[in-house]
Amino acid sequence: MKQIIILFAALLLSACTTEQSNKDRDKESSGPTVYGQINMSVDILEQEEEVGPYECDGLSAYRQLPLLVLLPRTVEEVQRILRLCHERDIPVVARGAGTGLSGGALPLPDGVVLSLARFNRILDIDPANRTARVQPGVRNLAISEAAAAHGLYYAPDPSSQIACTIGGNVAENSGGVHCLKYGLTVHNVLAIKLLLVHGELVEIGGEAPDSPGYDLLALLIGSEGMLGVVVEVTVRLLPIPERAQVVLAGFDDVEKAGAAVGEVIAAGIIPAGLEMMDGPAIKAAEDFVHAGYPTDAAAILLCEVDGTNQEVSEHIARVRDLLIAAGATEVRTAKDQAERLRFWQGRKAAFPAVGRISPDYYCMDGTIPRRHLPEVLRRTAELSREYGLPVANVFHAGDGNLHPLILYDANRPGELERTEELGGKILELCVEVGGTITGEHGVGIEKIRQMCVQFSPAELQQLNLVKQAFDPKGLLNPGKGVPTPRRCSEYRQLPDRERGTG
Amino acid sequence: MSQDQTTELLERLRVAAAAHTPIQIQGSGSKAFLGRAPAGEPFSVGGHCGILNYQPKELVVTARSGTTLEEIEGTLAKEGQMLAFEPPYFGPGATLGASIACGLSGPARPYAGSARDFVLGVRVLTGKAETLRFGGEVMKNVAGYDVPRLMTGAFGTLGVLLEVSLKVMPVPAAEETLVQERSTAEAIVLMNQWAGRPLPLTATCHDGDRLYLRLSGAETSVRQAASVIGGEPLSDHGTFWRSKLREQGHGFFHRDKALWRISLPAATPRLDLPGNWLMEWGGAQRWLRTDLDASAIRKAAGAAGGHATLFRGGDRSGQVFHSLSPALLQLHRNLKQAFDPLGLFNPGRIYPEL
Repeated sequence: MKQIIILFAALLLSACTTEQSNKDRDKESSGPTVYGQINMSVDILEQEEEVGPYECDGLSAYRQLPLLVLLPRTVEEVQRILRLCHERDIPVVARGAGTGLSGGALPLPDGVVLSLARFNRILDIDPANRTARVQPGVRNLAISEAAAAHGLYYAPDPSSQIACTIGGNVAENSGGVHCLKYGLTVHNVLAIKLLLVHGELVEIGGEAPDSPGYDLLALLIGSEGMLGVVVEVTVRLLPIPERAQVVLAGFDDVEKAGAAVGEVIAAGIIPAGLEMMDGPAIKAAEDFVHAGYPTDAAAILLCEVDGTNQEVSEHIARVRDLLIAAGATEVRTAKDQAERLRFWQGRKAAFPAVGRISPDYYCMDGTIPRRHLPEVLRRTAELSREYGLPVANVFHAGDGNLHPLILYDANRPGELERTEELGGKILELCVEVGGTITGEHGVGIEKIRQMCVQFSPAELQQLNLVKQAFDPKGLLNPGKGVPTPRRCSEYRQLPDRERGTG
Repeated sequence: MSQDQTTELLERLRVAAAAHTPIQIQGSGSKAFLGRAPAGEPFSVGGHCGILNYQPKELVVTARSGTTLEEIEGTLAKEGQMLAFEPPYFGPGATLGASIACGLSGPARPYAGSARDFVLGVRVLTGKAETLRFGGEVMKNVAGYDVPRLMTGAFGTLGVLLEVSLKVMPVPAAEETLVQERSTAEAIVLMNQWAGRPLPLTATCHDGDRLYLRLSGAETSVRQAASVIGGEPLSDHGTFWRSKLREQGHGFFHRDKALWRISLPAATPRLDLPGNWLMEWGGAQRWLRTDLDASAIRKAAGAAGGHATLFRGGDRSGQVFHSLSPALLQLHRNLKQAFDPLGLFNPGRIYPEL
C-alpha cells in the first residue's frame, strides 16, 4: 500500500520539470502525456492525521480511512490523477464538502479520495443569459450570493447550502425546500464538464436547449460520482421573486394536515415551499429556536408562496381559507420578514433541534405518494414502538419527501444496529406504498441494500450495465449507489429480522 | 380507451430479437418526419393505451405509451391541470410515448421546463425483451441512475416505452398575450431582460417584425405585468401559441425550403445566415427556412455555442442532428449496447452509428 502512495507522489511531483516529465512519458506508453509540462500543485495527504478528516461524510456512522487524499487545483491535474488510477486499477472517490447524508463519499481503504475543494472559483456570471459557470467546489449559497447583484439566484437550496458544493449537488441531484415549484438540481443545471474514468474531458449539455443525442446530463446528475468526475458546472439562474410570504398552520391531527396539502395543490396553487412537522419535531424545534410554533399541535404546516407582490397577496388569502376549511386549529401569516424568517428558522433547525434532545439521531429520506401519508406515519409509529426508538417526522409535504429522524444513543451497545434496521424497515414501507427509498440524499453506502427491495434483479442489472458503459473497470466510487446482483440475492435470503440498512 | 398489450408486445419483441430483425417503433406516425428516416419492421404500440393513474392532488399522471395526448390533456383539463411543457402533437392521434421519445417541448419550455423535466418514471421494454421500471410517481426520487430522463428524447433507440409517469401542473388562472413591433435585435434583448425580472412570462416569439409575449399566472399579477411590459393585447392568443406556433400552422412553416431548428444560448445576437427566421423560447430556439448548405448552418450555430437540427425536409438519410464529439459518440454507443445489445430499436434514427 505504502508503495502505491510513494509511486503516486513520485509521479505527480515528477511532472514539475520537463526533464522528469520526459522520463514519465517513457514510462507511460499507454497514452499521450500532454500534461507533462504542467507545474503540479496537487496537495497529497497520506499521514493518518491528515487523512483522518476525510474518513466520513455527513453520515458519520460509517467511517473508513482512505489510502490517500489528493487535492488538485487544475483540470489537467485531475486528468492526470484519473489516468494514473485507471492504469493502476486504483479506485477513486470524488468528494466535495462532504456534507452528504448517505455515505456517498465514504473512502475505500485501498482507494484515493479526490477532493475538489480547491476548485472553488465562480468563473462567469452571465446576466443576459441568466447562467453561472462555476467550478465544482463552489458552495451552493455562494452562487446565489454572487448572482444577487443581478437580481438573480440559484434555486435549489439543500439545507446544507452554506457548506455543500455544487459538484456534490450534481452528484446527488440535491433538492431542498423549494423543489415542488423550482425543481431539483437536474432541473437547474444546464451543462457540465466531465472527466471520464480514463481522464478524457467531455462537455455534456449546454446553454443552448436540448443538446443533440441522449440526455447524458440527466443521467450524470444524481449518479453519485460513479460515472465520471465533474470539473465545471453551468447553472440556470432565476429572477429573485418580488416577494415571499409564509403561513403557519397548526392541526390537531396529522391526517388533516396531510389532506390540507392536497387541497392547496388541487386549488391550483404551487407553493414555493410546503413543509410539515409532527408533534415531536415541533416541540424539539420550538424548545431550540423559539420560532413561535404551537407546541400542542399534532402537526404544523409551513406554506410559503412567492411571486409578484399581487400574486402573493392573492395566494396567501386563498391558502389561509383552504387551510381553515381543511380543519386547521390555528392559521398565522408572518406579519413581517423577521417573523417569516423565524417560522423558517424552526424548520431549518429541526435536525439539530432533535440532536439536542437525543444523544444521536439518524435521518431517513424516503418519498411517498402523499395520499399514503397517514398510513406511513401510523406504521412508522408502530415500528418506532416495536424497536423502542422514538421517531420525529419532518416532511417536505409538497413533494412527498419524508425525513423521519430516529432518536438513539450510539453508546448503548447494539442501538445503532437496531436504528439502522428500523430505518431500513421505514424505507421498505415507502417502497411498499409506491414510493422510493431516497428522495434527495442518495443511495450511497447507506441504502444499498434497500435498492434490492426497490428494484428487480433485471433492473439492477440494467443499472450496472449503465455503470459499465462509463466505467468498465468499476473504479469510480465502487460499492455505492447500485448493488451487485449477488449482494442482493444474499440480502433477500436474510431472515426478516436481520434485514436492515448497513 | 384502455388496453394492456404488454404481453403481445413482449412476444413480438422476442420474435424480432430471435431473428435479429430491427424494428421501427410507431405510435400514430405523427412524428415519423423527425430525425433520420425510420428503418426496420413496423412495431406499433398505438394499441397499448389507457390512463393508469391520475392523482390531481399529487400532480402526477401515469399512462400507457399509446395513450393519445388528446385524451391525457382532456382528462387533466377537467381538473384544471395541464402538461406544462406543452408537447407539440404534429398530427392527429399523437401519443404520449412518441412525445416523450422525441423529447419535444412547446412554447413554455424555457419558462416552465422541457419534456424531460416533467418525466418522473417509465416502464420500458429493453432489447433483451425485459420489462423494467425506473423512476416512479413521486417528485423526488434519486434511487438508481435517471433512466426515465435518459429515455426522453432518445427517439426510441434505447427501448420501447410502455408507460410514462409525468408531473402535471395547474392551468394558470389568467393568461394574456401582448404584441409589440420590434426588430430582431431589440426582441432578443427585451425577451431576455424581462426573463431576468420577476414577471410571469411563459412564452415568447418573434416573427421578424412583431414580438409576442405571453403572461400567465394569478389574475392580478398578469394585469400588473402587462402594464410593465406594454403592447397590444392579442385576442385569439390560444390559437396563436397552440396552432400557429406549437403545431407549426403559421405561414412561416409552410414554405418549400428545408426547416432548420437552431438552438442557441438565448441572448445570442442574430446569426448572419440568409433565409427566413422565426424565433421563440426567448431566442433559444430559432427556426430557419433556407436552401443554405448544412455545413454553413452547423458551423454558425456551433460557433455561437449552439447546435442545428434539420427539422423538416432536406435529406433525411444524411446527417439530421448536430454531430457528437468522438468521446461522446463512444458513450452513446456504449449506452446503446447496454440497453439494446442486438441493435433492434429504431436503427440509425438519430445517428447512423446507433
